[in-house]
Amino acid sequence: MSFLYKIAPNLELLQGELLKCLRQTFQMLLISGIIAFLVGLFFGVLLVVMKKGGLIQNVFLYKFLDKAIDILRSIPFIILMVLLIPVSRAIVGTGSGVTGSYVALVWGTVPFFARQIETVLSDVDHGVIEASEAMGFGPSEIIFSVYLKESIPGITRVTMITFVSLIGITAIAGAIGAGGLGDFAIRYGYQMHYRDMIWVTVAIILLIITILQGLGNIIIRKTTH
Amino acid sequence: MIQLEQVSKSFCAGDKEIHAVIEVSLDIKAGEIFGIIGFSGAGKSTLVRCINLLERPTAGKVLIDGIDLMGLPEARLRKERRKIGMIFQHFNLLRSRTVYQNIAFPLRKSKLSKAEKHKKIISLLELVGLTDKMEAYPSQLSGGQKQRVAIARALANDPKVLLCDEATSALDPQTTKSILNLLKKVNNELGITIVIITHEMAVVKDICDRVSIMELGRVVEEGDTAEVFAHPKERLTKDFMDTASNINKIYELLEEKHELTQLKPGEKLVLLTYSGGNAGESVISHLAEKFHVQANIIFGNVDILKGKPIGKLVVILSGDSENLMKGMQYIRGRNVQMEVIRE
Repeated sequence: MSFLYKIAPNLELLQGELLKCLRQTFQMLLISGIIAFLVGLFFGVLLVVMKKGGLIQNVFLYKFLDKAIDILRSIPFIILMVLLIPVSRAIVGTGSGVTGSYVALVWGTVPFFARQIETVLSDVDHGVIEASEAMGFGPSEIIFSVYLKESIPGITRVTMITFVSLIGITAIAGAIGAGGLGDFAIRYGYQMHYRDMIWVTVAIILLIITILQGLGNIIIRKTTH
Repeated sequence: MIQLEQVSKSFCAGDKEIHAVIEVSLDIKAGEIFGIIGFSGAGKSTLVRCINLLERPTAGKVLIDGIDLMGLPEARLRKERRKIGMIFQHFNLLRSRTVYQNIAFPLRKSKLSKAEKHKKIISLLELVGLTDKMEAYPSQLSGGQKQRVAIARALANDPKVLLCDEATSALDPQTTKSILNLLKKVNNELGITIVIITHEMAVVKDICDRVSIMELGRVVEEGDTAEVFAHPKERLTKDFMDTASNINKIYELLEEKHELTQLKPGEKLVLLTYSGGNAGESVISHLAEKFHVQANIIFGNVDILKGKPIGKLVVILSGDSENLMKGMQYIRGRNVQMEVIRE
């Protein structure tokens, strides 16, 4: 510990605050990450199966979703966050704090993730889908046992990419009072000029990303044949 | 076993309507190997997909073992599909699963117990000769091995019918041979009706009992393979036959004005086609004995189709014009087809 205090002197005083912010960041990443993963996966699958020639082709709904994703992706996150405050109040009861950030974080992540899932699932050879249909499997079995199962390496890869961007937006969410490492960095690093605290936050974030990336790479290696 | 009645399939491409299959009727009998041959774009792949309704025909009827597939609700149709195996040009194996798991895949909905499924998979692996590869992933296999896995997978639910969509088109000739032998074995030992879609005459020649020739969505000729091969009626059929024998070399030689094809006045260059026995050779010796017509063989080719020889001879006939006329009449009377290529 004393070594850390030597290179980051302000840590001694602020470590309690830092831990609290770290916990908030984890909370945001975990909860909005899981929700965004499931919702994004759902929409990504929907895009692929409703496309022309898809398992449950629905060109109208496909076009609607496709456009909606394009529009939502083009709104900068910091503006989206402010825009979604009333929605957040309606859904989770508050528009601020860690709880108030979930709606915006999920909303900001899903379109990006769904689009990437669509790309990954589209890479599954159409012939394999056709073969599964010929074997007498229905759409739901084909989605789970073929599309998703065959795409695990690709899904892992885009999940990692999305996760890094989610870390980015949780830091932005900190700026409007969600707490977390972003908030910590702005308060102490920017407003109070504690340079060492900036470095500490950067180091922590790099560590989180490195660990997850490593985990992702293991999954990809184990599932690519 | 498989009856198609006036099946048609059209697609809309933009504002244009494409008729891929036009009023095709087929009656494929249980236990036979039936070939459908045509150049790419003839509609044969669409037609085979109409058999298991991967493509729903726009008109007509599809009966499998007496069941009208088009009248079935989705769930029933899926059940019926399990009785129709299908293999493809590009194998379509699941990359994330081992050989064993690929064969197990169609058994997910089967009522067999775990032990029974295992036994079934092992016996299928033995049938296709890949027992030592069961833990391998498709990426570790050669094309021929992948197709063997695909065949095992297609047979997992004990189908009555096996549809093969250009199943050997991505394979080299030797591997094609071994896959065709496996299909013959499947047909012989398990009594499964096989439908083969191909653009290679050699495939049809090798294993099909009967064949349909398709062009522009229609079946233009149909019949017993040996019969169609020996006496093709349509131009297209002849073209296909030529691709499978070296007889079309004669046209190349003619093009090159090769000295073999140089005719003296009064000589005729003819193509003789005969089936069974040594009809061709005896005709040639009779020509010399009875009519004093010399038949100079430029080249010949004998194919064995389902045990029956189909011979083709390109010969130059020479003699005085009266004898030549009589000789040619004699040939026509001997169940030998004669086509005058040049005179």
